[in-house]
Amino acid sequence: MVILLVLASLAMITVYFRESPNGALHDFQSASSSVLRPFEIAASRVARPFEDAYGWTADLFHAKSENEKLRKQVNDLTQTAIQRTEAIEERNALRRLLRAKRLPAYEDLANAMVTAEVVSNPVSQFDQTMVIAAGRNDGIRVHDAVITDRGLVGQVSKALRDTALVTLLTDPAIAVTAKDSRTGAIGIVQHSQGAEDLLFLDRVGKDKRVDRGDIVVTAGKQSGKQLSSFYPRNIPIGHVTKVGQTDVDPWQDVQVMPFVDFTSLDYVLVLASKTPRPNMP
Amino acid sequence: MTLSIAKAAALFFVVAILQVTIVASIGILGGSPDLVLVTLVAVALTQGSIFGAVSGFWAGLLIDIARLGTLGFTSLLLTLAGFWIGRYGETTGRDRAHAPVLSVAVVTVLYALGTLVMRFLLREPASAKIALVDELPATIALNLLLTFPVFALVRWLFKPAQRPPEVEFVG
Repeated sequence: MVILLVLASLAMITVYFRESPNGALHDFQSASSSVLRPFEIAASRVARPFEDAYGWTADLFHAKSENEKLRKQVNDLTQTAIQRTEAIEERNALRRLLRAKRLPAYEDLANAMVTAEVVSNPVSQFDQTMVIAAGRNDGIRVHDAVITDRGLVGQVSKALRDTALVTLLTDPAIAVTAKDSRTGAIGIVQHSQGAEDLLFLDRVGKDKRVDRGDIVVTAGKQSGKQLSSFYPRNIPIGHVTKVGQTDVDPWQDVQVMPFVDFTSLDYVLVLASKTPRPNMP
Repeated sequence: MTLSIAKAAALFFVVAILQVTIVASIGILGGSPDLVLVTLVAVALTQGSIFGAVSGFWAGLLIDIARLGTLGFTSLLLTLAGFWIGRYGETTGRDRAHAPVLSVAVVTVLYALGTLVMRFLLREPASAKIALVDELPATIALNLLLTFPVFALVRWLFKPAQRPPEVEFVG
């Protein structure tokens, strides 16, 4: 029986292949198919709502999975965009520092300048220091001046092997001999001890001329005078925002807005001078 | 026996129509269930090898007609599958609880292999990777899911008629 059925199947396959499309088996298939067609159509119609429901559910799952994929893709692209933006900012910061190195004011120090990444910024208003990723191994020593392309940042207060602590200009302990770049009036720049990053130019006599908008720069070492400095001359510090005087105070009251934004420093230049340090008073 | 043949003919007619119109279009994880094959396994295991072979031939013929495929192609494969499963049910698989599941899994694989070989012999296009790697695992899983409901239906459909109470001689 089984052999008969197998032989019948093989015979059907053989004949079906050998005969023309108008052959007996093709006609039989066509006629039988016509008989089956109404049942197939009926089954399709009955099943259509279920198929639609299944298709809708499958599409929903597909959409969900696609949504997850796209979300992941968006996250990846966002990360890439952030990294790219950071890279561009980093490149710009380094370019600015490179330009600063070429400034005439730093001409003598260009070979001794060390570019350093800022590892940590000031953590609070009372901690006006930051850590940089360069230290003694890079030639950095205590009291080295730290600058950016915008101007003076502060000075190195502690130098370890590969890191250094920089005390910012906004720290009350820092005082810088400075001058009005236009009139040459000399004073000492210190933090105003207020909440803001404002500085003031102290010890400017009432006979000296300082006007609002004037640029204040480091005065450098004033040879033969009482005021000595760790900082090379002509490093920009800020511009004068307010000038005043009182009858009881022998000095003028000069307020200076620093050029440097001390809250967002990424890279700095350390003026690793090899010349002997002036003695501390 | 005649009633069983009529039931099987009707069952496979319905199942073949369902397979062609609905079940074949259900694609899950790359595979689709084969209701005809699972039903054939159930019928062959419960009714024997000859019944299985004839059922396979009939089911295959219906599929070939409905799909407008080569006549005899599916008939040949399902005839052999029905006979083999029937023999297994009559011999080693008898009263084994795992027989339905094992039979469905093995026949699904052999049917896929047989289809590939036949297509190769008839020079019809067929991708072994798609058939055996992409589709087969999901098809086996889906067929196994169908196994228990289909077996329950077939057992209910082909359950033996109630015997009249035997006469008991006393005294």
